[in-house]
Amino acid sequence: MARPVPTDSTTLENRRARPAHTLARALVPLSGIAVLVLLWDVALSVGEGPFQLLPRPLAVVRAIGELAQKGFLLKHVVASLFRVTWGYVAAVVVGIPLGIVLGWYRRGGMAIAPLLEILRPISPLAWIPLAILWFGVGDISAVFIIFLASLFPLTLTAMNAVRGVELVHVNAGRNFGLRVPELLRRVIYPAILPQLLVGLRLSLGIAWLVVVAAEMIAVSSGLGFLIIDARNAGNRYDLVVAGMVLIGVIGIALDAMMRGLERSKALAWGYTSVNDAAP
Amino acid sequence: MTDKTAVKVRIQDLSKAFHTNGHEIRVLEDIDLEVRNGELVCILGPSGCGKSTLLNIVGGFLPASSGEVTIDGLPVREPDPRRIFVFQERGVFPWLTVEGNIGFGISDLPPKEKAARIAHYVRLVGLEGFESAYPQELSGGMKQRVEVARALAVNPDVLYLDEPFGALDSITRLVMRSELLRIWEAERKTILFVTHDIEESCQLADRIVVLSARPASIRRVVEVDMPHPRDLSSPRYLALRDSILEEIGLAHRI
Amino acid sequence: MTTPAPVRPDDAPPRETKPRALEAILFPAFTAGILVAVWHAAVLLSHTEIFPSPLAVARGVAELARKGVLVTYVRDSLVRVAAGYSIALVLGIPAGIALGWYSGAARALNPVIQLLRPISPLAWIPVAIVLFGVTNVAAIFLIFLASFFPIVVATMNGVRNVPSMFLHAGRNFGLSAPALFSRVIFPAALPRVLTGLRVALGVAWIVVVAAEMIAVNSGLGYLVIDSRNAGKRYDLVIAAMLLIGLIGLVLNLLVGQVERLRAVRWGFNVP
Repeated sequence: MARPVPTDSTTLENRRARPAHTLARALVPLSGIAVLVLLWDVALSVGEGPFQLLPRPLAVVRAIGELAQKGFLLKHVVASLFRVTWGYVAAVVVGIPLGIVLGWYRRGGMAIAPLLEILRPISPLAWIPLAILWFGVGDISAVFIIFLASLFPLTLTAMNAVRGVELVHVNAGRNFGLRVPELLRRVIYPAILPQLLVGLRLSLGIAWLVVVAAEMIAVSSGLGFLIIDARNAGNRYDLVVAGMVLIGVIGIALDAMMRGLERSKALAWGYTSVNDAAP
Repeated sequence: MTDKTAVKVRIQDLSKAFHTNGHEIRVLEDIDLEVRNGELVCILGPSGCGKSTLLNIVGGFLPASSGEVTIDGLPVREPDPRRIFVFQERGVFPWLTVEGNIGFGISDLPPKEKAARIAHYVRLVGLEGFESAYPQELSGGMKQRVEVARALAVNPDVLYLDEPFGALDSITRLVMRSELLRIWEAERKTILFVTHDIEESCQLADRIVVLSARPASIRRVVEVDMPHPRDLSSPRYLALRDSILEEIGLAHRI
Repeated sequence: MTTPAPVRPDDAPPRETKPRALEAILFPAFTAGILVAVWHAAVLLSHTEIFPSPLAVARGVAELARKGVLVTYVRDSLVRVAAGYSIALVLGIPAGIALGWYSGAARALNPVIQLLRPISPLAWIPVAIVLFGVTNVAAIFLIFLASFFPIVVATMNGVRNVPSMFLHAGRNFGLSAPALFSRVIFPAALPRVLTGLRVALGVAWIVVVAAEMIAVNSGLGYLVIDSRNAGKRYDLVIAAMLLIGLIGLVLNLLVGQVERLRAVRWGFNVP
């Protein structure tokens, strides 16, 4: 990761001009989306050929309404969230302790980290054949795919965070007579918490991204399933794009939720030392 | 009452070499030193000469290549709460408040006693009112005080200070030096203090151990027989300082 | 991989037990060897008919090489990545710079980016097929999409986080806007941009495999799906997966080498 910037923290980032009116401030971000929707609509109204198959914004809104009416909206959203939760939580429970151990025992990390780096670039989709072989077709395979996709970034984040703990803090802990278990609990864990939270947020984003791939394994609910099925079963591109929009919106919500967690409690202390909080 | 003449820390024939990528870097050569109970000894030398390494070995954070360090006759093998190392203010834990940091080493005490002790040391280092502050809200000098308070709270026999005031501005440094002496007079710990600042060693130490450049060996040990408070304009002080400057081979005029 | 280095005072001793470079290769190799042995034993002991042993996988790789398919497939995947990634670079870096510099534009477009980012490139497949048909171009489009966002976001952050004291210094020396950009802003932003490029390349490599499973009929991703569907050749499936992993690792290391170049090394804690 790129190193944090020097102590003068005035950058373009925090010298933004503030419009006087709060209403104006709220409108600017919305304007971007409004422009996008407008361009989308215009492009489709004048374009020709296979392009016409794509739905116009209004059609997408109606499609979402249709889903809500039929009761499918909630069903699909809950199904996807359900799978993501199981896979992600499993990855947290396995990956973070593993990463901490790998970070603490330098030689252990050296032995295993390169192997993780080989497994990491393998797309979750490429694991599908093995997943089906081991777990059959269905939910467990899907959850397994999500688990794998979240596991590697979480483990590597935890490992790097532990490796990055300042030696003075570790030595101070040892000086006060702490043995390894206490050192991990009272020094390492609090020290890595800010980085860990950022990693948790990014990995949740990955898990949510991968749910689409995971739901290609012959499940019959979920937003990813919706996208694939809507096209296969009748070229319902309005439902396809509706699914995409829903995925995007829920993705933002999940990310915002994790950011809120990052900011909570006395965790504010951490961000002066980890000022490269990722986008 | 502590026996003033008893030897607290004994360093014998200490040598240290690092091995990196096939090269041997000799850092310390045949260091012999005795520190008596309640003394404030300064180890003086230029940056990079190995004085921090020496202190780390004495503190038990690094093994020696040869020779031995004993405290009260027992060999030093690992860090111990009876001998606390004060790093520069970076050693303060950023995730704990001032109170949390000071109480770090005494978490086993019953809550009332722990609270009383924390309050005592908060007062001793002059940080009343900041008990619930986090380190990021404090200045460098204040963080240094937290670290000293944290070290003292466990009632160690020996304190090791590794250029503790190096990150502070020169005015704060002067203030912190007199604060350290005030605390030392109150608690009379044995202190081993590493610095590259000649004035600092002259102002604080009972004895100044002048180290050579790397590989470091002891050039000279200077006994400073001046009571505190020391008059920094007195001829005696200036003579002391000049003799150190000459020992290190530096000019008197810039 | 460049990792953050623990902060030490200048005079402090280095960590005593510094592992040597040779160990960095031997340790993982040794662990890999043990894992392969355990794998082999597990296959033998469970008498499985389907799951291949390491030996079978190795033979599978040899078979692919013999048929000439190995090189072709690897090349095809790499070419698709190169195409999609290059387009993402060419479009993404200027876009990121513009967004970084004009904060109004950033505020307007950021929600759009945040909305589009969680949408898996796979979800774009129907759209890609509509636009480009079931062709290479669709696959390249997906790769472009996947790489585009990390590059834009990282570039934008890089530009926005240039400390103003650098800008002041540049103006102090009388630099015009274009010169200020090329001599101060871009170099200062480069480390973050490179991090974004490395992430984007990693994503591109993952997505090419995914894209090939659906839209085309050559490449390592295609190999994974086809080997299973066309005959349950799990030995080839695993062989393809290992190749994907190894090439991904190599790509990551290559970008890591770029990060070590003197021009940008200052921005990373290179050990």
